Amino acid sequence: MTLLQFPGTTRQVNAQPPVPSPPPQPRRRRRLPRRDAMFDLTGAVIAGVSVALLLFGRLAPFSAPFGFVVVAYAVFLLAYALLVSLHDDATAVKDAVITVVLSSAALVAFSALLLVVGFTLWRGWHALVHLNFYTHDMSQAGPLSPLSAGGVAHALVGTLWTIGIALVLTVPLGLVAAIYLDQTRSRPSRVVRSVVEAMTALPTILAGLFVYATWILTFGFEKSGLAAALALSVMMLPYIIRTSDLVLRLIPGNLREASAALGAPRWRTMWHVVLPTARSGLATAVILGTARGIGEASPVLLTAGFTTYMNADPLRGPMVSLPLEAFKLVQSPEPNMVARGFACAAFLLLVVLTLFVIARIVGGHGPGHLTRRSASRIARASKRDIERFARAGADRPSIVTEDTA
Amino acid sequence: MTVLEEPTAEVEHGESVAPRPVRSVPVPGDRAFLGLSRAGGTAVLVVFSAIGLFLAIRGAQAIAEAKLSFFTTQAWEPDTHHFGIAGVLTGTVLIALVAVTISLPIALGLSLFISEIAPAKIRRTLISMVDLMAAVPSVVYGLWGLFFLQGHALSVSRWISTWFGWIPIFHVAGAQPTNPLASASVYSASTFIVGLVVSLMVIPIQCSIMRESFSQAPAGEREGAYALGATRWGMIRSVVLPFGRGGIIGGTMLGLGRALGETIAVILIISPIYRINLHILGSGGQSVSALIALLQGDSSGFGISALMAAGLTLFALTLVVNLTASAIVARSRSGAESEV
Repeated sequence: MTLLQFPGTTRQVNAQPPVPSPPPQPRRRRRLPRRDAMFDLTGAVIAGVSVALLLFGRLAPFSAPFGFVVVAYAVFLLAYALLVSLHDDATAVKDAVITVVLSSAALVAFSALLLVVGFTLWRGWHALVHLNFYTHDMSQAGPLSPLSAGGVAHALVGTLWTIGIALVLTVPLGLVAAIYLDQTRSRPSRVVRSVVEAMTALPTILAGLFVYATWILTFGFEKSGLAAALALSVMMLPYIIRTSDLVLRLIPGNLREASAALGAPRWRTMWHVVLPTARSGLATAVILGTARGIGEASPVLLTAGFTTYMNADPLRGPMVSLPLEAFKLVQSPEPNMVARGFACAAFLLLVVLTLFVIARIVGGHGPGHLTRRSASRIARASKRDIERFARAGADRPSIVTEDTA
Repeated sequence: MTVLEEPTAEVEHGESVAPRPVRSVPVPGDRAFLGLSRAGGTAVLVVFSAIGLFLAIRGAQAIAEAKLSFFTTQAWEPDTHHFGIAGVLTGTVLIALVAVTISLPIALGLSLFISEIAPAKIRRTLISMVDLMAAVPSVVYGLWGLFFLQGHALSVSRWISTWFGWIPIFHVAGAQPTNPLASASVYSASTFIVGLVVSLMVIPIQCSIMRESFSQAPAGEREGAYALGATRWGMIRSVVLPFGRGGIIGGTMLGLGRALGETIAVILIISPIYRINLHILGSGGQSVSALIALLQGDSSGFGISALMAAGLTLFALTLVVNLTASAIVARSRSGAESEV
């Protein structure tokens, strides 16, 4: 906070006798030293696990691993509360126990994520290491063929086509809609925002069913990659709008106001100030939308048909995408087909992970943060401006007023 | 630009002066820009209302044929004109309820952990991990549920049904808790296991909405609570949770909407039946979206129309849930509309 000093007030403040400053106090310690807290936690963990081991291994005829975890956790919480209560009052005990409970909720969620990712990669590894997995289609491989035959190249091509077309359709429309939400603060725009938010949770199968009802049944086109791309677009559009809207909302209002105060019309403010500032965030929004769309099988299931042959034409003939291929493969009773299905899912997961890493690199900094390249680009531009001003000043020494627009 | 109103200036001798009317006249470029953006917004609305419209048109034939019995019949045989979604819709709602019951405490704890407890340094990483959780394809969750989770969850199912089987929804027909050699297959392919898997998919949605609303709890009130001697939990309970109530309710409902529509994991895990099965631990169940995905390939004509009617029902259900949710979230976030 800045203190504004007015001439009158300063004199008054100065007129008062100086207050003797109190003797410096030692800084209060607000929480326990790290080491003690660590001891409490470790001790409680050991207590919980030992009691559960004792109960399940020696005393009672329990066996379920789930029950083991529950008992261990309950004992752990009790022991932790007891340990904290040795040196703190009831309020602090409650705080400590709830902190641990909240952290363990996070632990449960993230370990579930790790399990899902790890299990899929582990099961998919056997088929992923075969090179033919990426270069062959499934037309020559029967259910009993070894993993060294057949592959999912046709699904790869299908995924590339469908997601590519979907991006071409959704990115411009999504950005324009996000700009609409950003520019108008009226009743209709609130309706659009609510509808978009509701549509992010639209069952993905309905996107497929909608395209099936319109594109295929009403307009009479065949099941194809294009129809699947349309279905994916309907599904991805709300994600892209919502995330871009959030990004645009983070742009500080004073940037826009500064631009408006310099006389820029709204479209110039949008094009030259808001969008460049939000660029990394918008790129992240698009990448995350892609990651969502690329893994969605159910819209494709209704609209693309299914084939084991390579088909590189999105306008004609059935096409298949990676998630759909994985879904179909694991429904086979043959272990090799299931292994291929897992490999498909693992490959998909790797693609999604890669997209996330890219999103993290692109959007790793907040709005307005300059990378080294963009900073040097701006420096070059302003150097050019200085030279231009110098030239203009040499030609015409008076202050330029009219042609600043 | 927007109309600016100057505050009524008080002139020295007390007379008020009428505000000078200020009106903006957009330049042609701006008019085109605003027109384009409005067209974009309208196009989005048109696309989304077209979904409901086309499902209604295509499903009209089946609804006209079945009338109200569409909602009361527990069977799906459109070829003999004996079909209805009573069983399937109940299954859908049950799966969603199980999923939300499991996910709500975890999502709440996770979002509070990220917004209040985790050190600021790793917060961004945690947030992108939650985003990653949302982007993991549902077929991957389905595979994991079918090949990994099901085997481990059966013992939980058995435990619940053994001790709480007297509660009707936990009862399992054909279960033999006293027989150690009994097959566990009566517990497999159940609504409960699907609900477990779907709960993983809705945790990130719920978490991100809740976290967003928690992070908007004003710093002044937080510091006030600390200054009055509150512990961190005291501050969370008295400031963060009341401010985030809209986010908690709205996020939970958005998660419910997402859970109502899950397809792939349901098809992979559940064994489909078309009558009402309220025993969530026992084998068998179905959801509307799985019904559509399973039968669309082999249906034609009237069968497709019946599926469209089922889709329309799902659309209406999720739309009501999601619109309510986003209205609640939007109201709780009303401060975000003002600019800093």
